[in-house]
Amino acid sequence: MQHYSLLSLARNALTGHKNWQKAWRSPPLKEKYEVIIIGAGGHGLATAYYLAKEFGITDVAVLERGWLGGGNVARNTVTVRSNYLRDQSVPFYVKSVSLYEGLTKNLNFNMMHSKRTMVDVVHNYPKMRDLRRRQLTMDIYNSTYEQISVDRVRELIPALTGGGPGSRLPIIGGMVHKDAGVNRHDAVAWGYARAADALGVEMHQKTAVTSLLRAKNGDISGVETVKGTVKAKKVVVAVSGHTTTITETAGLRLPLRTMNLTAFVSEPIKPIVDVIVNCSDLGFYFSQSDKGELVIGGAPDSAQSFRRDIKQHVFEDTVGAMLELFPSFKKLKLLRQWGGHLDITPDASPIMDETSVPGLYVTAGWWGGYKAIPAGGLTMAHQVATNSPHPLMETFSHNRFKNLDYILETGTTTAR
Amino acid sequence: MSHNRLKSGGRIDRSKSLSFSFNGKIYQGFEGDTLASALLANGLNVIARSFKYHRPRGIIGSGVEDPASLIELLGEEGSGNNLCTTVKLKEGLKAKSINCWPSVDFDIGASVQYFEKLIPAGFYYKTFMWPTWHLFEPFIRIAAGLASAPKTPPKTGHFESRNAHTDFLIIGAGPAGLLATLMAARSGAKVFLVDQNTEAGGSLLSLNLNINQKPAMVWVESVVKEITNMPNVTHLQDSTAWAYREHNLVIVNEREVENVSIIERSWRIRAKKTIIATGAIERSLVFPNNDRPGVMLASAVQTFVNRYSVKPGNNLVIFTNNDSVYSYIKDLTRAGINILAIVDSRKNIADSVLVDAKNIRVISNSIIKNVNGYKKVNSVVVQSLDDKEVETISCDLLAHSGGWNPMVHLHSQSRGTVKFDDRIASFVPEYSAQNSINIGACNGTFALNEIFDETELLLSGASENSKPLVYKGKLECSKQSYSIEALWSPDLSKEKNKAFLDIQNDVTHDDIQLALREGYSNVEHVKRYTTGGMGFDQGKTGNINIIGVIAKEQGIGLDDVGTTTFRSPFTPVSFGSINGVREGSVALPFRHTPVTKWNLDKGAFMYEAGARWRRPGYFPMPGEGFQEAVNRECHAVRTGVGVYDGSPLGKFELKGENVGEFLDLIYTNIMSSLEPGNGRYGLMLTDDGLIFDDGVAFRIDKHRWFISTSSGHSDAVNQHMLKILAFDYPEWDVKITNITSQWNNATICGPQARKLLKKLGTDMDCENDSFPFMSFREGMIANIPARVIRVSFTGELSFEVNVSPRNMLRLWEKIIEEGEEFGILPVGSEASHVLRVEKGFLSLGHEVDGTVDPYDLGMGWLMSKKKVDYIGKRSVDLRRSSGKVRRELVGLLPNDPNEAIPEGAPITPSGKKVATEGFTTACVWSVVNNRWVGLALLENGRARYGEEACVRIKDRIISAKITKPVHHDPDGKLLRS
Amino acid sequence: MLLINCPFCKNRNETEFVYGGPVGVKRPDPSLVSDEEWVDFLTMVPNPMGPVYERWWHARGCNKWFIICRDTVTHEILESPSDEP
Repeated sequence: MQHYSLLSLARNALTGHKNWQKAWRSPPLKEKYEVIIIGAGGHGLATAYYLAKEFGITDVAVLERGWLGGGNVARNTVTVRSNYLRDQSVPFYVKSVSLYEGLTKNLNFNMMHSKRTMVDVVHNYPKMRDLRRRQLTMDIYNSTYEQISVDRVRELIPALTGGGPGSRLPIIGGMVHKDAGVNRHDAVAWGYARAADALGVEMHQKTAVTSLLRAKNGDISGVETVKGTVKAKKVVVAVSGHTTTITETAGLRLPLRTMNLTAFVSEPIKPIVDVIVNCSDLGFYFSQSDKGELVIGGAPDSAQSFRRDIKQHVFEDTVGAMLELFPSFKKLKLLRQWGGHLDITPDASPIMDETSVPGLYVTAGWWGGYKAIPAGGLTMAHQVATNSPHPLMETFSHNRFKNLDYILETGTTTAR
Repeated sequence: MSHNRLKSGGRIDRSKSLSFSFNGKIYQGFEGDTLASALLANGLNVIARSFKYHRPRGIIGSGVEDPASLIELLGEEGSGNNLCTTVKLKEGLKAKSINCWPSVDFDIGASVQYFEKLIPAGFYYKTFMWPTWHLFEPFIRIAAGLASAPKTPPKTGHFESRNAHTDFLIIGAGPAGLLATLMAARSGAKVFLVDQNTEAGGSLLSLNLNINQKPAMVWVESVVKEITNMPNVTHLQDSTAWAYREHNLVIVNEREVENVSIIERSWRIRAKKTIIATGAIERSLVFPNNDRPGVMLASAVQTFVNRYSVKPGNNLVIFTNNDSVYSYIKDLTRAGINILAIVDSRKNIADSVLVDAKNIRVISNSIIKNVNGYKKVNSVVVQSLDDKEVETISCDLLAHSGGWNPMVHLHSQSRGTVKFDDRIASFVPEYSAQNSINIGACNGTFALNEIFDETELLLSGASENSKPLVYKGKLECSKQSYSIEALWSPDLSKEKNKAFLDIQNDVTHDDIQLALREGYSNVEHVKRYTTGGMGFDQGKTGNINIIGVIAKEQGIGLDDVGTTTFRSPFTPVSFGSINGVREGSVALPFRHTPVTKWNLDKGAFMYEAGARWRRPGYFPMPGEGFQEAVNRECHAVRTGVGVYDGSPLGKFELKGENVGEFLDLIYTNIMSSLEPGNGRYGLMLTDDGLIFDDGVAFRIDKHRWFISTSSGHSDAVNQHMLKILAFDYPEWDVKITNITSQWNNATICGPQARKLLKKLGTDMDCENDSFPFMSFREGMIANIPARVIRVSFTGELSFEVNVSPRNMLRLWEKIIEEGEEFGILPVGSEASHVLRVEKGFLSLGHEVDGTVDPYDLGMGWLMSKKKVDYIGKRSVDLRRSSGKVRRELVGLLPNDPNEAIPEGAPITPSGKKVATEGFTTACVWSVVNNRWVGLALLENGRARYGEEACVRIKDRIISAKITKPVHHDPDGKLLRS
Repeated sequence: MLLINCPFCKNRNETEFVYGGPVGVKRPDPSLVSDEEWVDFLTMVPNPMGPVYERWWHARGCNKWFIICRDTVTHEILESPSDEP
């Protein structure tokens, strides 16, 4: 793998940058692999990387129907955090956050990972109580969450001029989560892809999987693609909202529903907000990108959808909520907006498992899986390589639904 | 008059002179100018600096397509970034350049050009890694942001939004749109015509064409006049259709509203059919140093001359690959511009086109090799494609045209598809996904005569009702032709100078090649890697060149490369406009009862409770804090009498033959066996066995019942009940009426409650034998018709007096008055919380966290064993059958009676830093016990009474004794008294 | 914002309605089904890329619950109940 650094940049500058190598190859599709990963998104690429790096399994093909890193990881509000409620969830996300922090170095690709601190702006006491419960549970797993006063909230977010005592929803305080961060989503996808490729993993774009294939005894035997049949004894489905579409070709049903979540950016402006602002009561959250754009998200749409579009009334609600606390943004302008589809399980926690079809693995139901990419990839790679679940991932087995053992995670950002 | 202003002509009003300032200097312009035309008239060349390299930028386009002239407006007009080609000139306007320091003419940032080679596209992915990104980030952030955000909201004016339904929404008031409007409007259909420009006319505003032997604008004005008088037509100018959503919903932002107190107005227009007539935008050509100030789009030069009466230069060279520039020659020459040469990249140019260039030097089969002049063009280098001979021509203006892009943005947003049309070397609409038609230049039809013919044809088949759409008049105009030979990029293999594809983000031809070289081969990869097309202009003039270059490099067609996704907004829209007028309580109405004002007058500390109810938390006396007030209220309830406003409780009346069965289905216990006049407390579960709501159900007579739910979930319960009846038991006779707002109640609770009730005066027999717990009576209380229910959420003797809202305040005041002798106090939600914790009563927000079932909470007695089925039963049993350890409700008494346990604090084995075994759901100061008492959910709690639990608050451990979950009157004698 | 055809009120904006989930299998008799079938009923719902039958409630209108068929990719409403007399 060509090393990226200021020195190599300078050296290449002398030759007009004509000697940079491809970040990943485009080899011909073989007939057989040890592992096939469907979906070159964040989770798929991370899984491929860790399979090769940690477990030495390199006969891996990542099959992507569109372009690499072109799904949800291509358009994202990139909030990396670990402020979850349940004992089963917190350690997983703590691991993911710490993996993110070392990712630039490990992949030799600048993630532009910026530890930003997330500030929860709180308007009612039940919410404060819920957050405090999180705080004290998170503490057990070394994730920090501290309560702060209204004054401190305003100190951290000077642009927050609304929410005063006479307003409709006065702020009563806040919580800070110092572990939170943002980074560059394309870099995450490209960094994992490049590093995985350097270890021998193959990326195959424009190679849509039309069907899973099962052997006579019911085990997974491979996939049917638009470029022909490819055999493998282990297949990982990492396609977010399209999970049920793919797994149903193998006769496997999963408790997932695909929903639409949207986000938008403002025009680029000089630095105005240095933290991640989260206001779940009003229904919005945002941070400022390094380019100066405010990256803003709100609540998901109701009703299942694969349309990846904007619902005007949901969008207006999010904007209205933001303007309630940031009235000076009224004349600031919307630059671009988009939608993506995510899948959700009955308890809003993910499914990471070998399914009831031997050899078929699924990582789904993330309902916002960006922050989970490193840990998700690592634990899924562990499962695939060692045929046993990683301790951090065990509780996310789909078997928990057999006895309705929900891991209910709701009320984190407005995305849930 | 400024030296670039022509003596006459244009659509400006020379009688209205306006003064404005730019970078601190004062200039003059006219009404009708944009900031750009006024700056050009005053001879300014350098307006901005490019994003990365800080190269000087001038005006390039004349409208929304301009990629470079971003400025910041100061003062009240301040609104982030704006293109000065779209800013209407107003008296006193103040603007300044951005992305430069100390000034746009002398910018220290330009020194970055010394490191040019180190900062190609994507360089930041390869460096800034050591020691950490944090070291570099602050500088990058300061350098990157363009304009500053406004610091305050607008001082005057507000935003508004409106909804409209229409038969036709016609987007664009150019020739196609205007003709379509005539046809649609004359048929009597309802029509909305919206156009982003200040006045109608579209391309006709700058092209000097004739219609019916008169100037085209005469026709435009006649159309506008006709439709202005038609009641079925709404005509909006300065209005941009920026989003095309599902089900033909289009969002339009009206920027100049007739009512000056409205800053902007947003329209949500639902159209039966949309007619998209958004025209086409000229695109640039790619050649070295094509970003120099003085290099402009040819149509922009034409527009500034014809529409704004400004000549951007005196000695002009034109560079083109298509026919359109030749029609400008007459107007530019008449304006006094010396056209030195037309450099045409094509070998063969049609005679019919050359006829317009009779006295002009046309250099065919040639390209521009270089442009000289750092801050303003001073010469261009022309190269023949044949023999590579070069020639330098001195000039001060270079106009170029790479062809025309149909504006397919809205069509694509509506999910229509596009295809590449070789005839015009552009993407055109292919299939519409919704009820929509594309006409005119946005459909790939450029010649005016063809536009009219096409519009007539397509509209004639477009009627949305039985009324036909026809055009009976004639529209004579000269036939025009258009041909183009695509030139995505010349041979730049040995070129050292930069050729730009995205002029705002400084994306060069080299950058595209670099991206492709590194394997970022998809058009979306190229965009993201180079940031091409991601600026304020979203690549309107440059994106297709990027696609063309990719196609060329990969040896495939542009259709195979594809376009990047078109997303809303078409042009940036202010957040204020999107939100409209909804603010504060308009956006989020809160619910209150007739007693709310009384609470506020009494100095109550108000909370926002579930379902947006505004409820009193506690009533502090002067000088009192939270705890003293709450203690006082609790004391009153436990020893004397208190009163609280229970009006927010959800209430429903159910009537019908099958109500009993229905209630048996939705509650865990049996309700159908109740006698009229009696009631029961019940739990509602969801079908997956989780606790949904709790409340009481009372029977009025054989077929009439009423139930009450928690205030926060009443809407959800309503939804739940109606859904079951609609889909699972449509044959059942159950009619439900939501009576939440129809009944208010004042609940009198405490040992003196009965005495107070009698003192108020009633015709009901209030004694325990005649009026037992969990029953209700109807009659008069204090001369007010009332329904009195004996329920208790505080554990004390309690009468819930339900009256109609118009009597509520009177009842309340009477209760307070008569209750004085018993020491009555109004009770807030904080005191209620304490009282119910003492009794171990369920609170949905505290004990119910999605993991516990009624058995865990000690409410197994509510789970009917007799009923074969009720909602949730099967799932509760299923969940419990796994044998997993359950968290059960217990009481907690901190070993130190004066130590409070924070609500939510986890309990871990021996207080160690390991997985939790439970958590504290509540902890309150109990007046009757004179200590802190709490409740918790704890693994195997019921088997651990008397043992110690360790609550972990980070490194501090609070030890507490595990007890039964009740701290007062465990046998429930008081509420049954 | 969808335009939903309520059987009584005809076309109204989506904001007047509450979504009630896709139409899955009918609620089985809990006493007759196995644990697996019961969990299936609770957790598995249709999730097609294409037409799906789903429930909507005209909460801010006539209060009626009804079923439409909507394509989850294009959002086109393919079937709406007609307003019978």
